[in-house]
Formats: sequence, structure tokens, C-alpha cells
Amino acid sequence: MIKADALTKRYGDRLAVDHAQFTVEPGRVTGFLGPNGAGKSTTMRMILGLDRPTHGTVTVNGVRYDRLASPLREVGALLDAKAIHGGRTAYNHLAVLAKANGIPSRRVDEVIDLVGLHDVARKRSRGFSLGMGQRLGIAGALLGDPGLLMFDEPVNGLDPEGIIWIRNLMKALAAEGRAVFVSSHLMSEMALTADHLLVIGRGRILADQPMAQFIAQHSLSYVRVASPQIGELAPRLAAKGWRVEQRPDYSVHVHGASPSQIGDVAGESGLWLHELTLVQSSLEEAFMRLTADSVEYHAGMPGTPGSPAAATVQAEQQQPGQQQQQPVPGWGEPLSNGNPLSNGKAGRR
Amino acid sequence: MTDVLNRPATTGTGHANFGRLMTGEWTKLRTVRSTVYSFAALIVSVIGFTALFTFLTVQQWSQMNAGDRAQAQLDPVPQILGSGLFLGQLAICVLGVLVATSEYSTGMIRSTLLASPHRLRTLAAKCVVFTIPVLVVGEVLSFASYSIGKAILSSKIHTSLSDPHVTRAVVGEGLYLGVLGLFALAIGQLIRHTAGAITTVIALVLVLVPLAGLLPGSIGKHVSAYLPTNAGQQIMQIFPKDQILTAWQGFGVFALWTAVLLALASWLLVRQDA
Repeated sequence: MIKADALTKRYGDRLAVDHAQFTVEPGRVTGFLGPNGAGKSTTMRMILGLDRPTHGTVTVNGVRYDRLASPLREVGALLDAKAIHGGRTAYNHLAVLAKANGIPSRRVDEVIDLVGLHDVARKRSRGFSLGMGQRLGIAGALLGDPGLLMFDEPVNGLDPEGIIWIRNLMKALAAEGRAVFVSSHLMSEMALTADHLLVIGRGRILADQPMAQFIAQHSLSYVRVASPQIGELAPRLAAKGWRVEQRPDYSVHVHGASPSQIGDVAGESGLWLHELTLVQSSLEEAFMRLTADSVEYHAGMPGTPGSPAAATVQAEQQQPGQQQQQPVPGWGEPLSNGNPLSNGKAGRR
Repeated sequence: MTDVLNRPATTGTGHANFGRLMTGEWTKLRTVRSTVYSFAALIVSVIGFTALFTFLTVQQWSQMNAGDRAQAQLDPVPQILGSGLFLGQLAICVLGVLVATSEYSTGMIRSTLLASPHRLRTLAAKCVVFTIPVLVVGEVLSFASYSIGKAILSSKIHTSLSDPHVTRAVVGEGLYLGVLGLFALAIGQLIRHTAGAITTVIALVLVLVPLAGLLPGSIGKHVSAYLPTNAGQQIMQIFPKDQILTAWQGFGVFALWTAVLLALASWLLVRQDA
């Protein structure tokens, strides 16, 4: 439903979007993932005709956005909650959009009820909280009952209840057969919402595949094995051809084997097992690994451990029970980790 | 919530044609308070200043010298119309700018362009929907202020709509306001920033005129005559002083200024990122 063909946007000498080539299909939630400054919003704006591409094309249902006869009936978009005139009531804001596309007024009442703004429909939107503003934007997106929905970072600033509400909404819309295209830099949220993943970094598409495949392809998993007889167990595991990694405590990390296989080896040799855990790296780690080189804006500090590989190794070196936080590529050491700049208080930087 | 989503769509089948865009723009205009406030300010200031000026003229009649009195009796209409318009026109300037710039200052432009991505058509609809009420209110106001001014001056000065060119001048005031609104809208659309655009329009309407009057000689007179609002106000003159531009020529020059600015604004709107 969205087709991007060598889509490029250049601002001066900066390449914001670099020959992006992708398709967004109906019936599923496509997550558009990337660090800040990767080009997500720029791409979305080009799809919606707000920005003009430097090269390449992008079409919605086969035509450019500005050729659509009744745009709101085919595409509904929430780009930000602030595209609203504060002096206008919620109802009137939606009425303006509805009248411009010949959508009847009763539909305005319908979407207001749908998003739960019935009580404040006749109030000026200036006084709305962020969540209410987002819901008004979503009402505008749903106004024309479109087949394609686009959300640009819809959960920004929402409370947990709001986040769950939007997540369920997007899944329901996709289940109805619509195409849902949602951008985010929150990998954990994407893992719970998206069926298909489009990863962008520094303007380039880095991945375009089903969610499960992405995790399988880019993630690491290993089995953490702890035993009082680790000295005897470890060589037996290595003899099976699996990579065995020694840990500082009485445990090893075994790569390439399942927990049941390792349990069998221990059982056959009559050795005690104290821990047998499958550790699967999350979407977050997979994503960090993929986009490590693409983070556009680094808030660097002197002496920062750089790569995400270092972060992962450091994570693996954590003693159980220690509450150390991982340094984040590009963002440096968290202040609570004994960083000299920390004044002993944990919390946001 | 899910069952509401599953209801059949009740969204009709209309396209975003020009008529619907106009309906949308009209809804936009009538659902913000600045529209009502601006028209209220226009009406109050035009009627108020006309009444005040004509009242003061009558009060000061005995202190005026013979030359001034003769001038006032000969050509009262521009004074009647101009006194109210001088400051009242700013209300239309502000509203015209706001109609264009509030889209950018509130971020509404993104919603607008998503609903109607045909940018030229959208701007055209906005212009039409804004100008019609300005013309209607302007004409009614023009005749009302003329009647009030005429009534107050009647003890000293006689004027009537049947006098030569008077009807043209009174009708012209409404037309002038209509074009002025579009002029301000064009500048607002070009500058896309409320404070900057309002300052620019006020500078062009109120400041540039006396400045140009300082220019010496014939060049000064010609530059002055072709300034947008000076040219536009010729339509309200009965006996134009320097005759560089006749009434309709002057109005035509003003309309041309506005058309050029609108064309430039349209071109930029289509070419620029939103």
C-alpha cells in the first residue's frame, strides 16, 4: 500500500534519507524503527506529501499523496499531537477535516466516542493533556475510515494505560486488514506491537523482514550453566562441540546447545546442576547491534566505552544480584555506575 | 472499542473538491475567536472614528479658517470615509495575516495539508472564503459610516449619495477592504510568522506612506502614488489631488500588487516543504 522507490531527501549536504526502498503491506503492523535522527519522520512526511523528495518516488495505493481524490479516506496519519489550533474545540477541529473531505458530521461524533473524548469534545484543545491531544490526533486519523494508518512515535509522553490503549488499537486495526505503519525509537514497544520490521539508520534501510526473523537473525542466545562440579562438566560440554565460555563465577555460557541437551549431558555423567537458563537477547540488543554505527547524534563523554559489543560483554560479566547498568553506545556510562561525574544520586541525566 | 471499529464505515463518498475545501476553510474561519474579535474591532473603530471625527469637525467649525471650511464643504467624502478607515483597516490586516500564519504557528498546516494536499486549491479556497465576509461586512460598514458621518455633518456640510462619484467612493471602501484583506493574507502566507507578518503589513500600510511622502520632487510623488495602499485609496477620492492615478487605476494598481504577492506566495507554497 506504500511503495517507496529509491526515496531520497537531502538537506544541503546532509542526506536525511538515502535511497530507501520498501513496501508496507496491509493486514499487519509494520514497525519503522531507528535511532533519533535516522530519517523516520522525514520518510513519513515524504509519504504524506509534506516534504518533496530530492530523488525517487513514494506512492500510496499506487499514486502520489497529492493525487488522492479523498486523502483522508485512504490514509489516516498522526504525525504529532500538536498539529491542532488551541483555540478550536476538539469537535470543530475534526469538523474542519471532515468537511474538507466530504465526510458526514455523524462520523465526527463516532470517532470522538471511539477515542473517548466525548466529555471534552466541546472544549478548546488548548487545555488538553498530551494524552488527550494524541487521542484527538488519532480521531483525525480514523475519521475517513482509511485503509492505511500511519503513526509517528505515537506513544511519546503517554502514560502506561495510554501506551497499552494505542498498542491494542494498532493491532485491532491491522487485524481488520488495514495497513498500519508506526515509527518508533522504542525497541521494547515495537517488540510487543509490530509484526514486520523496517529498520532505518542514517537514512538507510538496514532491515526489512518479519519480526521473528529479525530477532532470530540478529540476536544471540546462550545457556547459562552453573554447577558445583563445573570443572568436570565444562570439558564434557566442550567435547560435544559446543562453544563453552568461562565466567568469573562457577558458571559457564554455552553457545549452540539447548538447555535440554546440556541437562542430558549432566545427567548422563551424574553431575549436579544448580542453574540451567536459556538467555535470549531481546529486540533491543539486536537493534542496538544493528544500528550501533548509525546513531546520528552522540552525546559523548570522555572515556566512553564505545561499541555495543562491549556493552553486551559487560552485561554478561555482571554478577547476579549486582545492579549495574549497561553503558549505552553513544551515551556513555550511566551516572549511577560510579562515574566520576555522578554525585551519588541515580536518575536521569 | 473493537466492536466500534468493526461497524461499517459511515464516511460517505465525496471527493475533496473545491466546494468541500471551501466548506472546510469556512469552518476553520468561523470556529476561532480571532475572526469575531477582528470584525468587532473593525466595526467599532470604523463607526467610532467616523463619528468622532465628524463630530469634532462640527465642534471646531467656528475655529476653522475660511479655506479649510471651503475645502471641507467641497470634498467631505474622503474625510468621512478615511477617518474611520485609517485605523480600522488594521483589524482586517491582522485578520488576514492570522488566517495565513495561524496555520504555521499552531502546526495546523500539517493537518490541513493531510486533508487537502492540493496546495493551490487549498490556498484559493482560503482566499475566497476569507474575502467574501470581508467584502460583505466592508460594504455594509462603508454605507453605515457614510450615513453616520453625513448625519453628523449635516448642520454644516451637505453631501449625498447622488453627488457625483460619491456612490463609487462608498462602494469603493468596501472593495478596498476586500483587497486589503487579501494583501495581508498574501504577506502572511509569504512570511509564515505571525509577528513578522503583522509588523510588515502595518509598516506597508501605515509607515511607508508618510516615509514616501518625504521623497522629493516628481519621483517622490510617483513612488508615493504607486504604493499599494495609497493607490488603493484613490477609489475613495472624489477630486484626486495629483491625478497621477485615477480612482479605478489606483484600485487596479493595488489589486495588481495583491495578485503578484499571492502568486509568489502560491509558488512558494507549492515548492516548499510544509
